[in-house]
Amino acid sequence: MTAPVHGSASFWRTYVFSQDHKVVGIQYAVTGLLFLLLGFTLMMIMRWQLAYPLRPIPIIGGWLGSANAPGGIMLPEFYNQLGAMHGTIMVFLGVVPLAVGGFGNFVMPLQIGASDMAFPKMNMASYWVYLCGGLIMVASFFVTGGAAQSGWTSYPPLAVIAPGQTLWLIGMVLLITSSLLGSINTIVTVVQLRAPGLTWMRLPFFVWAQFVTAFLLLLAFPPLEAAGALQLMDRLAGTSFFMPSGLVVTGQPLPISGGGNPLLWQHLFWFLAHPEVYVLILPAMGIVAEVIANNTRKPLWGYRALVYAVGFLGFMSMTVWAHHMYMTGMGTTMSTFFQITTMVISIPSVVILTVLMLSLWGGSIRFTTPMLFALAFLPMFGLGGLTGLPLGLAPTDIPLHDTYYVIGHFHYVVAPGTIFALFAGIYYWFPKATGRMMHEGLGRIHFWGSLICMNIVFMPMFIQGLGGMNRRLYDGGLQYAHNAPLLKWHVVIAMAAWTLGLFQLPFIANFFGSLKWGTPVDRNPWHATTLEWLAPSPPGHGNFQTIPTAYRGPYEYSVPGAATDFTPQFEPDAQ
Amino acid sequence: MEIPYTVEARPDTGWTNGKLAMWLFLASEVMLFGALFSSYVILRAGATDWPRESLNVGAASVNTLLLLASSLMISKARAAATGGDWPSHRRWLWTTVVLGFVFLGIKSFEYSEHLAHGEYPSNSTFLAVYFTLTGFHALHIVGGLLVMLYLLGPGARLYTRNPRHFVNRVECTALYWHFVDVIWLCLFTLLYLV
Amino acid sequence: MLRMLGLPNPASAHANELDALMAMTHWLMAGMFVVWAAFFVAVLWRFRSGARTKADYHGTRGLASTLAVCAVIVEAFLIIAHAYPVWATRAAAPPSEAVVVRVVGEQFAWNVHYPGADGFFGRTTLGLIDPDNPLGLDRRDPVAADDITTVNQLVLPVGRPVVIRLSSKDVIHSFAIPEMRVKHDAVPGIDGPLWFTPTRIGEYEVVCSQLCGLAHYRMRAAVSIKSPADFQAFLTEEASRPR
Ligand code: HEA
Ligand code: HEA
Ligand code: CUA
Ligand SMILES: [Cu+2]
Repeated sequence: MTAPVHGSASFWRTYVFSQDHKVVGIQYAVTGLLFLLLGFTLMMIMRWQLAYPLRPIPIIGGWLGSANAPGGIMLPEFYNQLGAMHGTIMVFLGVVPLAVGGFGNFVMPLQIGASDMAFPKMNMASYWVYLCGGLIMVASFFVTGGAAQSGWTSYPPLAVIAPGQTLWLIGMVLLITSSLLGSINTIVTVVQLRAPGLTWMRLPFFVWAQFVTAFLLLLAFPPLEAAGALQLMDRLAGTSFFMPSGLVVTGQPLPISGGGNPLLWQHLFWFLAHPEVYVLILPAMGIVAEVIANNTRKPLWGYRALVYAVGFLGFMSMTVWAHHMYMTGMGTTMSTFFQITTMVISIPSVVILTVLMLSLWGGSIRFTTPMLFALAFLPMFGLGGLTGLPLGLAPTDIPLHDTYYVIGHFHYVVAPGTIFALFAGIYYWFPKATGRMMHEGLGRIHFWGSLICMNIVFMPMFIQGLGGMNRRLYDGGLQYAHNAPLLKWHVVIAMAAWTLGLFQLPFIANFFGSLKWGTPVDRNPWHATTLEWLAPSPPGHGNFQTIPTAYRGPYEYSVPGAATDFTPQFEPDAQ
Repeated sequence: MEIPYTVEARPDTGWTNGKLAMWLFLASEVMLFGALFSSYVILRAGATDWPRESLNVGAASVNTLLLLASSLMISKARAAATGGDWPSHRRWLWTTVVLGFVFLGIKSFEYSEHLAHGEYPSNSTFLAVYFTLTGFHALHIVGGLLVMLYLLGPGARLYTRNPRHFVNRVECTALYWHFVDVIWLCLFTLLYLV
Repeated sequence: MLRMLGLPNPASAHANELDALMAMTHWLMAGMFVVWAAFFVAVLWRFRSGARTKADYHGTRGLASTLAVCAVIVEAFLIIAHAYPVWATRAAAPPSEAVVVRVVGEQFAWNVHYPGADGFFGRTTLGLIDPDNPLGLDRRDPVAADDITTVNQLVLPVGRPVVIRLSSKDVIHSFAIPEMRVKHDAVPGIDGPLWFTPTRIGEYEVVCSQLCGLAHYRMRAAVSIKSPADFQAFLTEEASRPR
């Protein structure tokens, strides 16, 4: 946040319609955090319904309106709306904007020593388009018929005939447009605006992660935009892109021409959505790498391996999409192909995790709050990643597909995985963005509470999933005999989820309180080596007082013979 | 604040920011139209029967020629701008715009013909594909025309301030326009001819 | 390991093979995780800043590539030796002496259609669909006369391969019987084959496993696996029912 310079720019230009990448980044980050909170709130409401099906929701039950929850008891339609919107909000409105729009925008240009993004106006536009898309999504709860209720995957024909989907599609088109603008901007900035001396192999790993992520957004999102447009046509113009002939809905033949293909949507959707999950994880890995290097006080071990792995991961992520579709009737050739690519793609993840872990070896590890979150990321992502393997093998996916095992798998990667990495990033770069530290004690409460609760929330889901309990069940699986021994876990999970909510309060207090009361810091409170720590905290418009030059690699910590245990990239060689 | 390499190419990459951005944008457009075209192919390959209304090949051929000509015109406009010949730059660019509008005129005439005959996108998958794909393309034409009108109107001022920057913009627009042209050639072949 | 995983009691011929792969994969995962986690904790303890004030610039030497190579080998083994063969039996054509049944999903019920004594399914037409005839079966069709239809009730013989010809009338559903380790999407417009051999007599459930609308959560059908004699008795009784 730049201090407003009197007389030079208005309040609106400085804080609201700002083209400064740091302000845009903070706007993205705060909006993303608010959406995360919203998505989490929806889920806390859903967890009540799963734990105590058909019992009125205490306190807030009455606020939901009789169209959604008459007498405080949630209707199945509303449960489905909450589920679809939880997924959509978390992925597209929470994590991506925070990780890519927030951290990417704020940190990346600073780390490459640029004065701003390559296209500041486009940067501002991408935020506002994102915000419109997000508001449209939220508004869809308040129109008749409610929000989208066909899952975040929106499979037709259901999505075409179900209420609420139109605004979801329009919102998605806006979000995709915003991502496209942002990703072009990121790539151009990294290619063109690197400071003198900052060669490709001197880029901080975070920048690499953002760079590969931007390519994924650039190339994988357009097919979903196309698919969204086709589904909009199906809904609004009565076409049949995804509607086969001979549909009979509630006893009445549907008056459509037919001839479409419902699986076409799934291919287009997953062609985006698999790369999308790497969009969720790559920036997180980037943050973790920065924090680990800084807090072990030693160079990242195997930097090159990391860079190659992340590039390979990005490339491979476009080739695995049909592992979400094994149950649609897939021949042996197809399934073998996708099983192999799925196994191959786990290799770079193993490399990345191993490299980060081995980087700890020989360090002098400071357990600061950002470091705690970054460290927890490793085993949590490991658990999530490992449980991807039985899902990736087509035969073992048969009993697991569409059960809570899948939910457990991906929440381990996105919640204690990505979300923890994002927390690490917030604690780590907060002083740069505001000039003040966040409170360590509150940070530790937040960390330990979240770590324990997250595991109590998601670990039982593996048990439920292996026992055959399906996801997306309004009553939590009450109807089915084989679920009976698994129902008790719903109560445990619900309790842990609400406690997890409570443990976010210290964070929120810390976040806003530290703006005012945090300890003021100088430029480089963490004694870090990358370029962003050369700029003032907070950096003014234009970032650096003079254009920085990079003299060495990004993680020169504990260089033998050096006076301090860190030798920043911007420090000229002593001669 | 000045962003470097908006006007001059960065020596080690050889790009200006705008040029690189335009190529990236076109890459994403390739994915967009690639998805649309493959949807078409998959739907058609999977269809048991493929009722196909007749399209106005004559009008579309004229349109093809118009677009090809407009591509030529914008190249000339670009060359003129690079060579500093301002009046002919404006002339060629105006011609491009006019050709674009004539294209849209003919296209909407085709649409209205179809609608008048009761041929709606909901009638058959073929018509759905036809309307959607050509509609997407027409939107791209509209976008291109808006940019050119900007370059002819308020955007033209940049030429006096920073001619190199202006020429960069014209180059990017030309690149985009050629791309839209190529898409049309694919559409013309896939929808009208086969 | 299998018992620990808590999969429902297997009740079909291919279940054991599949469960073995499941157990093997989980052993592998557990092994990797334990080794990793132990190393992780040990490293954190040994290199905490309280114990070492100065970090080592060079750190460790290459282990990562060895580990990655190990992972490649194990995963290749899993695919080639297990996943491929198991899936191949699933995707291959079923044996010819199978019982063939059509199952058609709709919001929110499973319609079951037996071909009857002649072994041929009667014609179905959209126009004939009504609440009493959810499949639109054309009874004037000679081969339809002996066809049997039920709703949400699937009766099958034990020990014989069963082929389910699966489709849907409206949206995508998914036909799953957890104990049989079968799951297959019922996609409208596609007549997907699915086959398995029940091995235990008993009562089971079809679970709809694809979100299909507001009553997805209770789209359930009962499955009875009967002895061949009981199965025959069921068919005879249904065939004699007036319609
Ligand atoms: C960030 C998100 C993310 C990430 C990174 C991944 C990573 C992986 N995913 Fe996941 N996945 C999702 C998000 C993600 N996934 C989502 C959202 C869904 C469900 C969508 C829906 O249906 O709604 C899904 C669903 C999903 C399916 C479909 C399941 C089904 O519907 O039936 C499959 C199947 O192959 C799969 C596989 C994998 C694999 C093999 C990886 C691999 O890349 C994992 C590789 C990683 C490792 C192998 C770990 C290596 C680490 C170690 C070995 C060290 C461990 C120990 C310590 C550090 C202590 N995923
Ligand atoms: C990035 C993606 C993401 C994230 C982070 C989460 C986070 C969580 N999810 Fe979500 N989930 C999905 C993506 C995600 N989910 C998707 C895609 C689905 C599938 C939907 C579908 O079926 O279609 C799903 C489905 C899903 C289900 C299954 C529902 C069903 O099948 O019926 C459940 C059940 O418990 C669940 C629970 C949770 C919980 C308890 C968290 C918790 O971990 C939440 C933790 C959140 C926080 C810790 C927020 C912290 C932020 C703040 C505190 C903000 C502070 C604010 C300021 C400072 C301003 N999720
Ligand atoms: Cu039918 Cu879910
Ligand atoms: Cu995937």
